Amino acid sequence: MLISRLLDHEKGGWAFLAVLLAAIVVVPIANLLIPEDSVFHLSTYMVTLLGKYLCYALLAIALDLVWGYCGILSLGHGAFFALGGYAMGMYLMRQVGSRGVYGHPELPDFMVFLDWDSLPWYWLGFDQFWFAMLMVMLVPGLLAFVFGWLAFRSRVSGVYLSIMTQALTYALMLAFFRNEMGFGGNNGLTDFKDILGSSLQTDFTRIVLFVSSAVALAAGYLLCRYIVTSKLGRVVTAVRDAEARTRFIGYRVEFYQVWIFTVSAVIAGIAGALYVPQVGIINPSEFQPLNSIELVVWVALGGRGTLYGAALGAGLVNYVKTILTGALPEIWLFVLGTLFVVVTVFLPKGVVGVWHQLRSRGTHD
Amino acid sequence: MFGINYEVGVPMIDNDVARQNNVVDSRPDAVQNRFGFLSKPPSREELVTNNGIILYLEDVTLSFDGFKALSDLTLYVEVGELRCIIGPNGAGKTTLMDVITGKTRPDSGSAFYGQTIDLLQMSEPQIATLGIGRKFQKPTVFEQHSVLENLELAMKSDKRVWVSLFKQLTGQEKDRIEEVLNLIGLTDFPRKMAGSLSHGQKQWLEIGMLLMQDPLLLLVDEPVAGMTQQESEATAELLTSLAGEHSVVVVEHDMEFVRSIARQVTVLHEGSVLAEGAFDVVQEDPIVREVYLGSS
Repeated sequence: MLISRLLDHEKGGWAFLAVLLAAIVVVPIANLLIPEDSVFHLSTYMVTLLGKYLCYALLAIALDLVWGYCGILSLGHGAFFALGGYAMGMYLMRQVGSRGVYGHPELPDFMVFLDWDSLPWYWLGFDQFWFAMLMVMLVPGLLAFVFGWLAFRSRVSGVYLSIMTQALTYALMLAFFRNEMGFGGNNGLTDFKDILGSSLQTDFTRIVLFVSSAVALAAGYLLCRYIVTSKLGRVVTAVRDAEARTRFIGYRVEFYQVWIFTVSAVIAGIAGALYVPQVGIINPSEFQPLNSIELVVWVALGGRGTLYGAALGAGLVNYVKTILTGALPEIWLFVLGTLFVVVTVFLPKGVVGVWHQLRSRGTHD
Repeated sequence: MFGINYEVGVPMIDNDVARQNNVVDSRPDAVQNRFGFLSKPPSREELVTNNGIILYLEDVTLSFDGFKALSDLTLYVEVGELRCIIGPNGAGKTTLMDVITGKTRPDSGSAFYGQTIDLLQMSEPQIATLGIGRKFQKPTVFEQHSVLENLELAMKSDKRVWVSLFKQLTGQEKDRIEEVLNLIGLTDFPRKMAGSLSHGQKQWLEIGMLLMQDPLLLLVDEPVAGMTQQESEATAELLTSLAGEHSVVVVEHDMEFVRSIARQVTVLHEGSVLAEGAFDVVQEDPIVREVYLGSS
């Protein structure tokens, strides 16, 4: 079977899929079937929070694909996530219809507020779910393709590429802040009502979104696994380790880099699209350079180049973040900085690396 | 910001791209179609005609800032031959390899691969696809890949992205890898990470990677530098076993090693051929003794 071929000798991967499967079964039961006064009941708040972590995990896997396997340290992957999120947000805005504050049958509130009298051309089609989903993948993918083509063709790599990706996400943030862009400016897109005809406020919709995120994460993981275990995966890893040598034996290195960068951006876009209906808002702060850097910390902490490690890192860091920003919000950035230093200095292979080390020590004794 | 090469160590390839773009178009259509970058390289039969010579270098001259690295060098390599090129430092051995592989262009002279292919009109990757493989002094293998994967990556095959995504090794390709593993003596650990191989094993793996590209002509630069006695002997055996099937040109300093493999030796001195012939004959040549083997 394909899955067992993809996860050959990959115990961590099996465990990861098992956890996801368990979550898909247990979370809906604990939320919908178990009565609220039971200790086993899971609140809708928690479901949404977990769903959010799953989206982050998918984003982390996308980054690990390019960074861990192809050595492209993108410090702007948050941009692809946010673009996917905006595409989804546009669909959700159109679903609001005439229920907005101003009650305009077609225009979102912020456009009415700006005195616009018709939808800009780039908002057309977003009332169709399929079209919005297509854009969720197409927009980040296209941006990554064009950006990657220009960068990799010119052999821009290493720290220069990282700086450029950082600039990319910063530029997008500034652009999306502008009201004239037509994406709600500073406030972004929010006050969503329905998705595919069902209200976003119901527990059932929340559960469906959670399960979709879990399924997307599992599928994304398996897709990346397929890629990294294929010959293509071996070529990109060769590019990571010895780019000139790979070129010398006849591979068009830049094509491989652009390909993997684009695929990664598409996955990031899907993660963003699943994220937005769960958190209920998308605004330009998602493009913040800091977000993309935080994302790198997740992957580094979990264990670069393992995929499931990236997902684990995303979960761990965000759990700590949720707790800390609730209890002691002002120290969160210090903790994040410390984590980054500690991981780079002491855990070069992340939590997964430590785990492997402990296990192999155990078997040697 | 674009268009600037930030990576140290690869600018030569940038030149290639430029060169390729200029040169490919200026070549006659027939040659371009037959031996273009992506088309099939010529077979042995196409290349070698009646006289059995695979590489012709004639009157090759190249100077760097007035210093003549090669001067009127003429050299022929036969099909299936194992040729050693020796000479003191600065005699032009490595420059000669550079000219053959397209890394450096001579000022004058000609270099033909078979009777029809003008190497001076080709870019480095083109020459590599034509079946001229070169092993550099410093072994460069993919350290994070297994021995098997290194060979797979180097194999002559369709190297486009989408093809690679769905590529599965065919039985024939597996056999070929097995065969090369055998030749280079690494059959026992195909799954071992290349990074954990010994220096000698890495050299053999790299020779194996060259063989995966089915070259007709192998250029091997100082294969035994840094090897133990035992490893040198194994390398000698490997290179001798490759001759016949392939033409092998070895540049080497180690006279003991040259003695153990060479049938034909070419002595270079100040950029041109000083003597040529069987090792023992060349060794007895008084001029050779004077310039190279020492005055003793």
